[in-house]
Amino acid sequence: VTARRIDLGAERLIKVHAVASVVALLIGAIAAVLLVLTRWQAVHLLPAVWYYRILGVHGMSMLIFFIIFFEMAVLFFASTALLNARNSAPKTSWIAFALMLAGALVVEVMMWSGRADVLFTSYVPLRADPNFYLGVILFAVGSLVTVAIFFANLVVARREKTYEGSVPLVVYGAMTAAIIAVITLLHGAAIYIPTYLWSLGLMEVDPQVYRMIWWGLGHSSQQINVAAMVAIWYMLGALTIGAVVLNEKISRSAFVLYILFISMASAHHLLVDPGMGPAWKVVNTSYFMYMAVLASMIHGFTVPAGMELGMRLRGFTNGMFDWLRRAPWGDPGFSSLVFSLVVFGFVGGITGVIIGTEQINIMVHNTLRVPGHFHATVVSGTAMAFMGATYYLIPLIFRKKVAFWRGAQVQPYLFATGMLIFTLSMTFAGSFGVPRRHWDITFSQAPFELQFSPVVDLVLAVVALGGVLAATGAFLFVAIAVKSVFFGEPLGTITRGVAMVGVPAGITHPPVHAPDVDARNAALHRAELGVFGPAPATIVLVFVFLAAFVLYYFVNWKALTDIWRIG
Amino acid sequence: MHIETHTGLDAPRGVWWKPAHKSEKVWVGIAFAWCMVLFAMMPLWHWKGGQNPSGIRTRTTPQAFGTRVGEFIAQYQTGSDRGMPIVTPPPGSDVYLAAVSFQWFPIVRLQKNVEYTLHLSSLDVNHGFSLYPINVNFQIVPGYDYGLRVTPNASGDFRIMCNEFCGIGHHTMIGRVIVEDGPLSASASGAAR
Repeated sequence: VTARRIDLGAERLIKVHAVASVVALLIGAIAAVLLVLTRWQAVHLLPAVWYYRILGVHGMSMLIFFIIFFEMAVLFFASTALLNARNSAPKTSWIAFALMLAGALVVEVMMWSGRADVLFTSYVPLRADPNFYLGVILFAVGSLVTVAIFFANLVVARREKTYEGSVPLVVYGAMTAAIIAVITLLHGAAIYIPTYLWSLGLMEVDPQVYRMIWWGLGHSSQQINVAAMVAIWYMLGALTIGAVVLNEKISRSAFVLYILFISMASAHHLLVDPGMGPAWKVVNTSYFMYMAVLASMIHGFTVPAGMELGMRLRGFTNGMFDWLRRAPWGDPGFSSLVFSLVVFGFVGGITGVIIGTEQINIMVHNTLRVPGHFHATVVSGTAMAFMGATYYLIPLIFRKKVAFWRGAQVQPYLFATGMLIFTLSMTFAGSFGVPRRHWDITFSQAPFELQFSPVVDLVLAVVALGGVLAATGAFLFVAIAVKSVFFGEPLGTITRGVAMVGVPAGITHPPVHAPDVDARNAALHRAELGVFGPAPATIVLVFVFLAAFVLYYFVNWKALTDIWRIG
Repeated sequence: MHIETHTGLDAPRGVWWKPAHKSEKVWVGIAFAWCMVLFAMMPLWHWKGGQNPSGIRTRTTPQAFGTRVGEFIAQYQTGSDRGMPIVTPPPGSDVYLAAVSFQWFPIVRLQKNVEYTLHLSSLDVNHGFSLYPINVNFQIVPGYDYGLRVTPNASGDFRIMCNEFCGIGHHTMIGRVIVEDGPLSASASGAAR
């Protein structure tokens, strides 16, 4: 990878998008601390108005600005650096970035000044200042242009023959993310333009139609994250331990399943809505018979199996789990990859499918189980993978050493531990029916008293503890990224095999395969190994995953039978 | 010499549509079968299960629904609690409950083990119906009447929280549902808790 040529213009674009992304992350993380310290009833930090205001800021800054700016950086990286190609439209790229930045600034100003106290979802007929909607539109148009430039870059690279054969799997995954981004951003246009006109008093918007199309943006944008994250899993596996692609056909087909089905997830938010019937809900919430879940379960196998095989091909062939024990756990790229994969799968994936089941959603809708789920996917999964990728982008793209190296090595552990505590305790609190987006569950100002179990108070304190830990991890990441990029030590000469402070092991000790790798691969695939095949440990792990999934799924159905009969 | 084994960062040359190893095929098969189970459970629960969010779904307007709730209160009011009417509809009848920032009205008294059709709608913005402590949640959207056939399975003094952000007073929006073993008297018990 280090041998690849990098287009200087593209490098600057990657840099500004990454910087904008990290600034948004910083704002979102500060907001997160204020929010968890408010939901912890014993502290109850913010007054009501500021709680809801900051909650909106947190949602927009994290789910839209942090994530999408980073994804645009990934698209430039994948379509130039990974293909040895040039950026085909430098001027337009800067205009698109300017639009995104302007849109983000307008939205932030509207929210902080109290002219858009409508939360992230801005459900009509709650009304914000028209400029709030306009800001979102500007941001969406800018991103759409960047996605178009990504596709143009792919075409130009192919025509100029900058690579031989098919695009690498990682680029294929980024392309999947880009296609889903188009679908998502079109939903965004389809809802925010009418809503902008509505806010000016020029037309009507039906609240139920708003919810359906808005979630075509709101949920599908999280599916851009899933595709981008899986692409980064393949990338970090390759960079850190020489993970190989087991079978291109299987992995690429799984990406195609994402494109075909994953945008149906708008329905996850409408399962207990009055506007849609059961047939619509069942077909859509299941991504047409769970075909996108199938895709994730495939990647959940092929990513760790490719990692295991990569290690075994490089000689770590002892026993079942020796390869995992001897993996580079001090490389923040590797530890981020593993935590992202595990928490996304075991917590985010399992809870997501279960709470997205039509009937089970009756016990879940708008409780804390919902943010418990999506912090396990988008934060512990996507954001964690993006952070891991950044530890490699800093030396590879910015040619700088990673600052505060010891901190960088600890950061994934801190962030993952915090998020795990946070997501599990939030899910647990939600099982008691504790609402999300709620300033005061002691209901001190309400006309009728309501007292949750004291257990809930304790659990919300644990939520705050996990949240503060994770936010500390995020602040550490921001400090590392900013220090490295702006004030970092230049990379200098790397001697292979000599460890260097501030440089991940995957760069000082590149996990290259021996020239006889094909023969080794054939030996690990030999028939007498049976169904366990080349990656036996992965087989064990995926069955542990499946057992957890099946158990929690049926526990939820059992719990459902205890409530009132409803039909 | 060209090497076949490659990472996700390498461009595969030639045809990459090749047969997969048995282990991969088996996992894809198992995952597919599990997805079919996940899918089948939902129609199955509609057929055999007791908790489905189907309801009787009709369009309404905030004005029309508000009027209907007013008639419902006038017809069956049996008392009041802190200024909020307590309404005791006949067992098995239609019940009308309105959400408006930041109130649920009226308070309804229901009989245990009797099926009612509970009509929910909003007179202004989106609200969230969340029944405490049994954790039953429905979205309430203005312009839509969600008529849920519900059968309370235990008596008690329940609360309705709002769990969809509806404005700055969102966290004060609490309502009451009273379920009694029955038969229900016309007098307003339930005023005291």
